[in-house]
Amino acid sequence: MNQTRSNIWCVLKREWKGYFATPVAFVFIVIFLALIGFFTFSSQLGQFFEREEASLSSFFTWHPWIYLFLVPSVGMRLWSEERRQGTMELLLTMPVAPWHTIVGKFLASWAFLALALLLTFPVVFTTGYLGDPDYGPIVCGYIGSIFLAGGYLAVSSMTSALTRNQVISFILSVVICLFLILAGFPPVTDMLIQWAPGWLVDTVSSFSVMTHFFSFQRGVLDSRDIIFFLSLIGFCLFTTSVILRSLRTN
Amino acid sequence: MIHVEKLVKAFGPKIAVNRISFQVERGEVLGFLGPNGAGKSTTMRMITGFIPPTEGQVRVGDHNIIDQPIHAKRLMGYLPESAPCYPDMTVHGFLDFAAEIRGIRGGDRKRAIHRVVDLCFLESVLHQSVDTLSKGYRHRTCFAQSIIHDPDVLIMDEPTDGLDPNQKHEVRGIIKRMGEKKAIIFSTHILEEVEAVCSRAIIIDRGEIVANGTPDELKNRSRNAGTVHLRIGGVSGTMVREKLQQLSGVEHVTLLSEDATHAEVSVKPEARESGSLGEQISDLIHRESWRILKLNRQEGRLDEVFRDITKPDTIKEGGKAA
Repeated sequence: MNQTRSNIWCVLKREWKGYFATPVAFVFIVIFLALIGFFTFSSQLGQFFEREEASLSSFFTWHPWIYLFLVPSVGMRLWSEERRQGTMELLLTMPVAPWHTIVGKFLASWAFLALALLLTFPVVFTTGYLGDPDYGPIVCGYIGSIFLAGGYLAVSSMTSALTRNQVISFILSVVICLFLILAGFPPVTDMLIQWAPGWLVDTVSSFSVMTHFFSFQRGVLDSRDIIFFLSLIGFCLFTTSVILRSLRTN
Repeated sequence: MIHVEKLVKAFGPKIAVNRISFQVERGEVLGFLGPNGAGKSTTMRMITGFIPPTEGQVRVGDHNIIDQPIHAKRLMGYLPESAPCYPDMTVHGFLDFAAEIRGIRGGDRKRAIHRVVDLCFLESVLHQSVDTLSKGYRHRTCFAQSIIHDPDVLIMDEPTDGLDPNQKHEVRGIIKRMGEKKAIIFSTHILEEVEAVCSRAIIIDRGEIVANGTPDELKNRSRNAGTVHLRIGGVSGTMVREKLQQLSGVEHVTLLSEDATHAEVSVKPEARESGSLGEQISDLIHRESWRILKLNRQEGRLDEVFRDITKPDTIKEGGKAA
């Protein structure tokens, strides 16, 4: 157990340092903050001020869409780069189990995304300064947002194991994440409900990150939502390990 | 230390490695030879646990690489073919990572890094990032990570590829020194390297072992191994040939050149072991009071043996018939 933890920690540290060795991390954080600020405060889109509400709903609404492009851009390198550089051969002949490396690399990227998210704290201060918000939904929203990023990231980990080309990995994971959004996106479900039976629409939309992310935003910490994201992450990381094993076999 | 038993690897219908078995003990340096695509890298990848074998067993120390991969991998250091390193790390950072993931902690880690940096002459680039290094330095950095835990077993895929002649010499020296206490397998295309470093060599071709022995044994399989060249003054070539032909153990004598002053012949022994042939020739020369202008015995040549046994089928059969 101890060995497992120190192996994962060692892989995690290396990956984390890898983000900050180049300006990529800073560029990413700046783009993320600029985009989220624009969408939140824009009088056309988020209408943070126009709503005259002390809540962050105009902030969280945009997360699934911004993450759709930014999370795959963080996750696309996870395994495709290891494959391209040949360092995968090095990593997997070290005395660690393959799943230690998968989890370690995933956690490092997740921590990086969490850091970027936490740097949005001025939005919370602004809301607190202007009004008297209910902090419950805000905390829940942040937790939900971290899980959402984790879910997307696990998908990217899976698609990046599929190919040594980062662009392909990026596109694949955007497509899968888009599906995870659209399956529960109201305009799509409203259209479906006109001809499909209600139970089918419900089943499909229960696979969507939107359904689960919305309940976090309302301030509800439901174990079903947490289990949904954890199983999405678990499933995708397991698939990553299956892909990596079949790569080595064939 | 390394036991490889009936190892098979099939990629779809293509069989890359076909029932290879061999052993390497501590104190041995095994050279792995073969044409490109013969299955050298695949075999090494199976030994190091990177790819699972289709059939067969690999044991490293007391551990089977399939059942106890982590224990087996702990005993091994591995230098993959292209010497991959993480380009965004510094040399020190990379070695630190390699030491940490192998469970070397605290002061031991510092000493381990110091030792390999000294051994591989990396001091001057220690804080440079890997992607700014020249190929030779990058290669030595990856080599350094493979020996950072002072492993009992060392597997190296073309360790001198891309190095300049001085660096090649350096790396060979290191391998030879380490070979006294470890079990080492390395693959190479450079045959002189095998003679310089290996205690044993295996030649594989199309996934199968076609030769296995010490470099000297392999050289003796050469067509011209043991052939004696003679240049004698003041005697007719025909007579020299006749006399030599009568010696026992001589397959045939070829008259190479002849003029008024000398005759030159080559004597091909019958058996590969030609211990007594030299003695007989020297006795004959003594008896006949010939004047020797030149006398030498040819060592076999590894590249000849290599070419002979790894030729494509058609050429090989032609060669046999001749």
